[in-house]
Amino acid sequence: MNTPVPALEVRNLTATFGDGRLTAVNDISFAVAEGEVLGLVGESGSGKSVTLRSIMRLLPASGAVSGEILWQGEDILKMSDRQLRSVRGGQISIIFQEPSTALNPVLTVAVQIEENLKAHTELDRSGRAARARDLMDLVGIPEARRRLKEYPHQFSGGMRQRVMIAIALASNPKLLLADEPTTALDVTIQDQILKLILDLRDELSMSVVLVTHDLGVVAATCDRMAVMYAGRIVETGTVQQVFSEPNHAYTRGLLGSVPHAGTERTKLLSIEGIPPGLNEISSGCAFNPRCEFATQICGTRTPVLEQTGRGRQAACFNRDAVIASGSPVL
Amino acid sequence: MTETANHRATRVRGRLPRPLVIGGSILLLSLFIGTFPALFAPYDPNVFDYGALLQPPGFAHPLGTDNFGRDMLSRVIHAYTIDMQIAFFATVFAFVFGTIVGALVGYAGGIAEVLFGRVVDAVITFPFLVLVIAIVSVLGPGLVNMYIAVSVVGWVFYARIISAEIKVQKQLDYADAGRAMGYTHMRIIFIHLLPNSITPAVVYWMTDMALAILLGSSLGYLGLGAQPPSAEWGVLIADGKNFMATAWWISVFPGLAIVLTGLGFSLAGDGLAELLRVKR
Repeated sequence: MNTPVPALEVRNLTATFGDGRLTAVNDISFAVAEGEVLGLVGESGSGKSVTLRSIMRLLPASGAVSGEILWQGEDILKMSDRQLRSVRGGQISIIFQEPSTALNPVLTVAVQIEENLKAHTELDRSGRAARARDLMDLVGIPEARRRLKEYPHQFSGGMRQRVMIAIALASNPKLLLADEPTTALDVTIQDQILKLILDLRDELSMSVVLVTHDLGVVAATCDRMAVMYAGRIVETGTVQQVFSEPNHAYTRGLLGSVPHAGTERTKLLSIEGIPPGLNEISSGCAFNPRCEFATQICGTRTPVLEQTGRGRQAACFNRDAVIASGSPVL
Repeated sequence: MTETANHRATRVRGRLPRPLVIGGSILLLSLFIGTFPALFAPYDPNVFDYGALLQPPGFAHPLGTDNFGRDMLSRVIHAYTIDMQIAFFATVFAFVFGTIVGALVGYAGGIAEVLFGRVVDAVITFPFLVLVIAIVSVLGPGLVNMYIAVSVVGWVFYARIISAEIKVQKQLDYADAGRAMGYTHMRIIFIHLLPNSITPAVVYWMTDMALAILLGSSLGYLGLGAQPPSAEWGVLIADGKNFMATAWWISVFPGLAIVLTGLGFSLAGDGLAELLRVKR
């Protein structure tokens, strides 16, 4: 059994807001191997984005983070400002959901790309200009020379996301954090951007953590996935494993709520109710009020993640019942 | 989004906003007159002519003469020099200093913001003019002391505008993106956030220059600003106050000059606001 060395390892990460009254991320642990694409899946408010921002220490001042975030053996949460600055943007980059707000509207694209190069590389002025043109080619923006002189508002949504990726990749990061990078884009553009990210992953051999609520995106792009609910990871495994045999009632519900072309037509399942607010998470398993498999124990005890197979974990008391009812996808 | 797109589509590329063109022309002309008053003034502004006291506007003296026979047109023109200086020097330090402080305070938040809030409260509790007059009376009358007094009070307003803007901007994704790229705080504040936040302060600056001329004239009128016999619009109006019933032209024409220049600044401010509006 060859376990690849994790590039990023998150241990017992907890993020709270409002002096610890609201827990957005509750004691989660996961690892990302080199060159691996990990999908972080869940509904709105499940803590995916907070997890991602915690890794970059980008939470607002009202948020408190505990646990360990080991990047190549060093805890990001303990880094000095100086160390942090070289990791951010240099080794780990992040791209956001809304490319229209993530770019600075008053600076040209060239300035914004070269700025990253200036901060993280030793390139001189002409070296930076050349690298900026290469990056534009790399992310598939035609007429690089001309478009570099333009401002973000002169680009379309998809092109802006490409610019954002070009900036994020400027100094060859080893890990790309993508916070719903395609949610704000057209479906056709979504595909292109995802394909671009995957191509770049292969080309630059970087790891990717992809936050999304779109299971189609996960199926198309990720190697492994972690399903989050109410701030906890409830199930992890390879995409193949999880899709073919969900071990958690919530995962099964999620998979059942996506329409599938090319299979026998079945009734589309939906999970009743809405995810709980941070201040109303019920005792026991947070999912139990909405769960069709819930039994007595679910309301009293909190299930922990248990190893259920090679590289698979799930936190569900009624795992057997869930497995027995099969995957809604196949 | 579509609003700005339409806006750009209807505005012909490269054409400046009309208010900016009109206001800017007035200001450029004022600046030119202020720099080379001798080119425009028909007489020496300070030479007495006892043969032509209190002459009404006419061919020899288009704007009349004052009680010493000085040519009012020449005096109004020479006053441009001082008043344009007042507009600039009474505001530029407040603009620069206030912008820097406001940017730092808005970005830092927390205790810095609380302290700054108290300073703002302390300053705006006093009427602006009263505070400036108080400071000038301590320092002594004169233009330089007036600049100091106005700057000491005025920066607070710029800082307040900028800190409010920065507070909004720093929550946007591109600020997070900047942090996520590992840029320094100073870089994020001054290269990224400030250019996106400065427009309201620039527009306020334009208005403030107009107000500074009015203030300079008020202080001149009260004898705390520019000192007679130097020609300054406020001083000129004060000179004419005893003759309002018999020689209205002494006060009215400097007053019109103030109005015209103020109008220039206001229009330029409006136009700049339109021109600098950030496109997203």
